[in-house]
Amino acid sequence: MTMDRRTLLKGAAAAGAGAAVSAATTAEASSVRPTAPPDAVGMLYDATLCIGCQACVTACKTANNMPGNLYDPPKDLDGQTKNIIKLYEEDGEKSYMKQQCMHCIDPGCVNACMIGAFKKREYGIVTWDKDRCIGCRYCQVACPYNIPKFQWDTPVPEIVKCELCNHMLARGEEPGCVQACPKEAVIFGTYEELLADARQRVADHPERYYPAGAPQIFGDTEGGGTQVLYLAGVDFEKLGLPVLGDDGVGVQMRAIQHGIYRGFIAPVALYGILGAVLWRNRRAAAKEGSDE
Amino acid sequence: MSDHSVEPVGGPIIFNRFTRFLAMFLGLWILILAYRFATGIGTVSGLTDGYPWGIWIAFDVVTGTALACGGYAIAILCYILNKGKYHPLVRPAILTSALGYSMAALAIIIDVGRWWGIWRIPLGGFPDMGHYNWNSALLEVALCVMAYAGVLWIELGPAFLEKWKATSKSPGLIKFAGAGLKFYDKALIWIIALGVLLPTMHQSSLGSLMLLGGHKLHPLWNTGWIPLLFLISCIGMGYAVVVWESAVSSRVFNRQREDSMLISLSGAMVIVLGLFLLLRFADIIISGKFGLMFSSGMLSVMFWIEMALVAIPMLMLIRARDRAKFITIFRASMLIMLAGALYRFDAYIVAFNPGKNWSYFPTTLELLITFGVIGLEIFLYIFIVKRYPILSGTRATQVREIEGRA
Repeated sequence: MTMDRRTLLKGAAAAGAGAAVSAATTAEASSVRPTAPPDAVGMLYDATLCIGCQACVTACKTANNMPGNLYDPPKDLDGQTKNIIKLYEEDGEKSYMKQQCMHCIDPGCVNACMIGAFKKREYGIVTWDKDRCIGCRYCQVACPYNIPKFQWDTPVPEIVKCELCNHMLARGEEPGCVQACPKEAVIFGTYEELLADARQRVADHPERYYPAGAPQIFGDTEGGGTQVLYLAGVDFEKLGLPVLGDDGVGVQMRAIQHGIYRGFIAPVALYGILGAVLWRNRRAAAKEGSDE
Repeated sequence: MSDHSVEPVGGPIIFNRFTRFLAMFLGLWILILAYRFATGIGTVSGLTDGYPWGIWIAFDVVTGTALACGGYAIAILCYILNKGKYHPLVRPAILTSALGYSMAALAIIIDVGRWWGIWRIPLGGFPDMGHYNWNSALLEVALCVMAYAGVLWIELGPAFLEKWKATSKSPGLIKFAGAGLKFYDKALIWIIALGVLLPTMHQSSLGSLMLLGGHKLHPLWNTGWIPLLFLISCIGMGYAVVVWESAVSSRVFNRQREDSMLISLSGAMVIVLGLFLLLRFADIIISGKFGLMFSSGMLSVMFWIEMALVAIPMLMLIRARDRAKFITIFRASMLIMLAGALYRFDAYIVAFNPGKNWSYFPTTLELLITFGVIGLEIFLYIFIVKRYPILSGTRATQVREIEGRA
């Protein structure tokens, strides 16, 4: 089930319940913070368990038919790398960090994409459709985590990012990186299970995670929430995750766009007024002309 | 009143050293473009995954269409506020707008990676229609820019029809032109209304769309008021371009300048600039970002340069006595254009910070591609005003004499 259909359904339900205009309700429903779809799946990465072996990086490449190997490892996500392990080491602090698409609950890329090349589809997985993309790269501007990568050195570029190995989920397998991890530092599950698991770990070992005592589960609320959740022993900002409020970037955008363009009334009204003013001006000019 | 009738300037298109250089440069430009389309965007540009948009977007599209708002600004003034005296400015302003928007469209084709799929946008995501994402401000910009480029050429239609009616050798074309001009008599106001509506929509959305930048866009620029600020700013830039165009074309083509009209125009500019400053500061203070104006390092400096570039021309034009001098208006216009350009560059590039590992500076080839887009626009402008009735007050024979001597 796609996001916009859900929003529409909400609008329709409200209309059925007696709301006057379903279009207006849809606009309102879409400017509030959405919640994870009921069938949402995701991953939980626990940086305190990760040993930095990079087996997941290789497994990801194999699972997605991407070129590259561990003898020449990628330094960052790029046009042929959907998953990466980085090392943070400074001031006596050390942590590994896994980076891939966060599968946001309210994704910047989906809000940005003009004709729906980016969509939140089954299980809340954010997917990219090559046949719709024109390569405008607005998704890259809109992603708070700089995840979607563009193939810069080819005349027929594609956007590359983790799609949670949805081709493998379809045949009942877990994502490549999860299968490869020897320490269960990254696990796959339903969003609800993972969130409960993360909360349990935090409750059991509040001293192990950052900030000690009251640990943060990154993705629980950040940026409207993400289906990929993080636990770490080090400040997430140091690990390259941004400090975000509780709203995704889409919330403000939708409020403005829907405010201005609700039901397309304002543009049509403005057009009518402009036309009327022009018509009156011209008639006045014609009258003046005939008087002379 | 023969000075105020519009007529083609006439004479050869390549008539001096500058136009000869321009023609050669455009030849080179086509080769660079061929290289970009053969090898990809990364080989010619400094764009990266952190800075996916560079000068092609910030200048050619965002600043370019704002500078192309001359047609918009003049249409508001001339047709909506009914100041008929600005009429001689209308055609040249519409022409520069039509060219500006067409060049922006060209720049988009150069910039997007999968340009062969662009036709899906006007067709609603063909083959399965109705996949428009109306939450995307960029979609609205794309549709409006495409539509408006078309509307501008339609607005300019009478210039071409008049020429064909007067000089064509084909009776069919003459008949077509006559019928076309009759159609314009009836329909022009509805086309003009569209020509005012569309820029109002997309010039504001060009601002809104950077809101998706979220935390990457500095709070001094990331504000819910950005659509209104972009809209006001583009009206100022539109006025400024008309002043500039009038001055330059009068010099180059030896025609009368529309001084008195431009002087009364600049009174309106003071209001537009003042409104921009008021909104910008009010927004920052209301949303509690006062300290950021001083504590943002380099970006604070950029912010104050922007503000100065708006405040100085406003002060230059505020007294009627100062406005009476054309040179003052001309200088103020240059500053207004700079102010608008800098505001857009800051919002799209300078104040956009994807993270500490990223940086952007355009490469030489990237710059040359942008220069080529501007060069092509100038070349087409010269071609059209020389062949079609756009400018008024030209002394066509005199121009040809001067060129004959040169």
